[in-house]
Amino acid sequence: MNDTVRPLQLSGLEPLRITPDLLFINIGERTNVTGSAQFKKLIKEDRYDEAVEVARQQVANGAQILDVNMDEGLLDAEAAMVRFLRLIASEPDIARIPVMVDSSKWSVIEAGLQCLQGKGVVNSISLKEGEEPFLEQARKILRYGAATVVMAFDEQGQADSVERRLEICERSYRLLTEKIGFPPEDIIFDSNIFPIGTGIDEHADNAVNFIKAASELRRRFPHSHVSGGVSNVSFSFRGNNPVREAIHCVFLYHAIKAGMNMGIVNAGALAIYDDLDPELRERVEDVVLNRRPDSTERLMEIADRFKKGPKDKDDGSALAWRSLPVTKRLEHALVHGIDQFVTEDTEEVRAQSTRTLDVIEGPLMDGMNVVGDLFGAGKMFLPQVVKSARVMKKAVAYLLPFMEEEKKRSGEVSKSNGKIVMATVKGDVHDIGKNIVGVVLACNNFEVIDLGVMVPAQKILDTAIAEQADMIGVSGLITPSLEEMSHVAKEMARQNFNIPLLIGGATTSRAHTALKIEPHYETACVWVKDASRAVGVAQSLVSKELVDGFLAKVRSEYAEVRERHRTRTPGKRLVSFEAARSNGSKLDWSSYRPPAPRKPGITVFDDIPLGELLPVVDWTPFFQAWELHGRYPANLTDPVVGTQATELFNDAQAILKRVIDEKWLRARAVVGFWPVSRVGDDLELRNGAETVMLHHLRQQADKPVERPNLCLSDFIAPKDTGIDDWIGGFAVTAGLGIEEHLERFHAQNDDYSAIILKALADRFAEALAEYMHRKVRTEIWGYAPDEALDNEALIDEKYRGIRPAPGYPACPDHTEKATLFRLLDATRNAGVELTEGFSMYPAAAVSGWYFSHPDSQYFVVGKLTRDQVEEYAKRKGWELREAERWLSANLDYDPD
Amino acid sequence: MSLPWLNPQRAKALTDALARRILIIDGAMGTMVQGYRLDEAAYRGERFVEGFDRLHEPQRNAATQPGHDLKGNNDLLTLTRPDVIGAIHDAYLQAGADFIETNTFNSTSISQADYHLEHLVRELNVEGARLARARCDAAEAATPNQPRFVIGVLGPTSRTASISPNVNDPGYRNTSFDELRLNYREAASGLIDGGADVLMVETIFDTLNAKAALFAIEEEFDARGARLPVMISGTITDRSGRTLSGQTTEAFYISVAHAQPLAVGLNCALGAKELREYVDAMSRIAQCHVSAHPNAGLPNAFAEYDETPEEMAALIGEFARSGLLNIVGGCCGTTPAHIAAIAAAVANVAPRQLPTPIAAAA
Repeated sequence: MNDTVRPLQLSGLEPLRITPDLLFINIGERTNVTGSAQFKKLIKEDRYDEAVEVARQQVANGAQILDVNMDEGLLDAEAAMVRFLRLIASEPDIARIPVMVDSSKWSVIEAGLQCLQGKGVVNSISLKEGEEPFLEQARKILRYGAATVVMAFDEQGQADSVERRLEICERSYRLLTEKIGFPPEDIIFDSNIFPIGTGIDEHADNAVNFIKAASELRRRFPHSHVSGGVSNVSFSFRGNNPVREAIHCVFLYHAIKAGMNMGIVNAGALAIYDDLDPELRERVEDVVLNRRPDSTERLMEIADRFKKGPKDKDDGSALAWRSLPVTKRLEHALVHGIDQFVTEDTEEVRAQSTRTLDVIEGPLMDGMNVVGDLFGAGKMFLPQVVKSARVMKKAVAYLLPFMEEEKKRSGEVSKSNGKIVMATVKGDVHDIGKNIVGVVLACNNFEVIDLGVMVPAQKILDTAIAEQADMIGVSGLITPSLEEMSHVAKEMARQNFNIPLLIGGATTSRAHTALKIEPHYETACVWVKDASRAVGVAQSLVSKELVDGFLAKVRSEYAEVRERHRTRTPGKRLVSFEAARSNGSKLDWSSYRPPAPRKPGITVFDDIPLGELLPVVDWTPFFQAWELHGRYPANLTDPVVGTQATELFNDAQAILKRVIDEKWLRARAVVGFWPVSRVGDDLELRNGAETVMLHHLRQQADKPVERPNLCLSDFIAPKDTGIDDWIGGFAVTAGLGIEEHLERFHAQNDDYSAIILKALADRFAEALAEYMHRKVRTEIWGYAPDEALDNEALIDEKYRGIRPAPGYPACPDHTEKATLFRLLDATRNAGVELTEGFSMYPAAAVSGWYFSHPDSQYFVVGKLTRDQVEEYAKRKGWELREAERWLSANLDYDPD
Repeated sequence: MSLPWLNPQRAKALTDALARRILIIDGAMGTMVQGYRLDEAAYRGERFVEGFDRLHEPQRNAATQPGHDLKGNNDLLTLTRPDVIGAIHDAYLQAGADFIETNTFNSTSISQADYHLEHLVRELNVEGARLARARCDAAEAATPNQPRFVIGVLGPTSRTASISPNVNDPGYRNTSFDELRLNYREAASGLIDGGADVLMVETIFDTLNAKAALFAIEEEFDARGARLPVMISGTITDRSGRTLSGQTTEAFYISVAHAQPLAVGLNCALGAKELREYVDAMSRIAQCHVSAHPNAGLPNAFAEYDETPEEMAALIGEFARSGLLNIVGGCCGTTPAHIAAIAAAVANVAPRQLPTPIAAAA
């Protein structure tokens, strides 16, 4: 076959280009009610969930196209076809391959075609009813964008001889290509596979004739294809699957050689020609090729011997992979994240290995490389990779004692890809993202030394020296961490480090790294966007061949970012602080009376049942922590991430149940309310006899006239109005008691569950903040006693009043948390501590202010000019430098 | 087999221009309309002053019921503020656009039902094409060497034929192939009558919707016994490299290639930088012309597009020099300044060469 053949191109979610080098395309046959009794039963009993699993199995077993047939007398075939195709369309691992819509009724085919977004195949059309309907259907197929199987069937009937096959196929081909311009590469001939070994003489040449016709069809029509329903050929041996499979295997062996390049087969049950029992193979071959008159009798003689018990299941059960060779079993376990058998499989390999290390460097790393490749290619998602890592860790944990033993004897050390010291920087406690990156790097054979959270720069650097690390990775979530990362970079330069510094975490960005970190440590400083990029970056940095080119590229990219930043005309013009202040929000205080809280002062909630918080939980960020994007619950059925999102959600629910039932986490909250009035942009709060100033910042963006430059203080009545106004504050956590469970998971090498638990605690803390806010609005402050909002509306914040948090966009100064915590006595009342960087510990905590004014709203303070920062520093009693440090992310100017 | 061109001179002018240079599509309509800060009254104009259509008998008779808010129904501006839409078309034509997209992104029954204006679909499409046609004719008169073409736009609708909107029932659909087919047929017919040179199915989130549109277009061509060139543009929704309905760029192309499009390409959702690898993939497999109209970068924290004309043009210039493009323009966030910069950046770059088809040996 030459390379000018036009490939048949089909598609599901992914393309299938049928080029000559693919040799043979498996079309999965088990989703066919006429061919599989089991599938028919599932459909008839309306068990579509299980029917979908049959399709999944077919794909997992290597089907490249899925044949779907619902032709059963008692079924509404059209409805069943549509329902099934729509269901599998929602399963990314099934929908990735093209569908073959199989029916003898045109209406069913057309209904099926209307469900396919990809380019599928029609099975089939023929000249049975004459040329007109044949061409009419072909025109429609063209318009629906499908390929088609053409049956060797005409007005006279089904072709059985070689000549009739060729005659009908040729006529069909001419009509299609010449009358309606049907692309030859979209034509697939099915010239009828009939049974052999029936004992009837006329049937003896059935296979031979098909094979001969296949050869001639491919010669005459090199762009077109030859297919057929393979299991038909062994029909007379039904009940004896091993013999049937041997017949299929031998038949395909010869038919494929002759040019058959597609076939409807049971993808999971294809035997290998060379693996067949030689005696069975010979006698089957006699029958298939009709080599002797007594061939059928001779096969019958031995057939029963090969008949096995029901061990070989029809569709290959979920544990079929257990019969693979052990290295393949390990690979399967790693790729699918199954830890059930990993210890016994690891032991099996270990027993055969001379060195224990070979087990890790051989089959286990091979398996992890497959995982790495699939992840790199976007075919696996983060939760799966983290599960794979769990299996890997379990295997390695099993092997460790053996390796220690061997090491004692020989003194060898293992070699890894490279060593990285990782930490969440000083002042910050957030580590979910960092932990995921650590796991992903470990999966890729990097040795990860994780120093945990709130790690001072010097400890990171000392560890890197002591461990002879190849690189350092720092992470952080809150804005002061950005400053700390710059500090790490400066220290690395000062102490003459020459290993790369990796920057990661939700508030970091390429621009920030380029502008604020890299200039301090020009040796090598790389921003890593997310876990999926971490491996590529780390590998480039440890590779002698890649590192120079990679760093040169990064450096020039950052230089470009800096240049662009320097030369850009500011997209957002700022106005002077004075102008911004005079354009402040002008609320009408003449007719408005702020509500007084029903219960002023402090209220403590010592142990809020987690179950009560469950309905308020906003799940979307939970998935974002795992880099599975999209909004819950729609993401559960997302064609790309749906399966993984669903699996992750189910795993999380299992842990969640234990968290609630066994009270793993304790949720505490404190709220307080104080009289307050506005003085300039600050608030004067009265806490008993004491006066406390709360400091706020004002937007300076150049705004259209009708939109004010906001400051949170605008929502409080000015002192000179004499109006009594109130402000609230809160601190909540749902992370108390988490440590012992995290430690247990870590001891079990189960980072997956540990990360889930952390992410759950975060969700509960957010839910608790939402829950308390509602309680405040309806009861404690009580200004909206009749509020009735469902949870979705709550998540969308469709209520009166706001609860901005210090360190977030409306009040970006983290240090104001100190005042809030002192007023609430939050450490004693809610068990939440503040770190020196004003990060809250436990990390699953939320704190903020309550404003009640109906016009109060969230906003972003954004960039600030020097005049505001100078004034703010004065109000805070700071040196300008200190203000610039804490507000570094908001400065619109380069401080001196 | 293939039908003749409905307007052979225009089709020839178009294919001739494509053979010579990279052609320019206009930029965003929505962003430009926002700049006019039109209020509800402006959207309503006189005819829709009560929030319904005075000229539409059933609505007038039911006038006891309150009207509906029409602000945001940008397609309606074709009727109520043709001066605004025409001025936007003019701005893009002056910026150098060869193609003007009609203001009909949402001119289907499904989309207009949100405003209770389903009965306007035909009128919106006819007038949308007519308005663009008139502005193009005016521009062509001024620069006779540069023919200007009207792209009749068929948007994605708010429904998806292959994704369930109901989490608990993955088999559920809120539309069907046939419903979409009829929607698109009505729109396509209006666009052709209004004088569109090309039909473009664009911003394709779900390829099955697009296939229904292409089916409808073929039916409409059949009924007229003649065809217009067709363009197809999909949307890769994020950096997973997939359409919303889950297809890769290659799978998407294969799924629509049967329509024998004049051009196939990608638009929206991503900026030029992120879109590059997918345009590259498309240019490697497509047997027809390749188009791209990316957004002006990715939205920033305020959901605004802030890539400057210079930045975007620099990226697109590289696409062109790498031989990826036949047609280029802008989507969300782009302005006439972006289009002018892009036009300048690709002006002297040769268009992508079409692959030589392999002849069928019959």
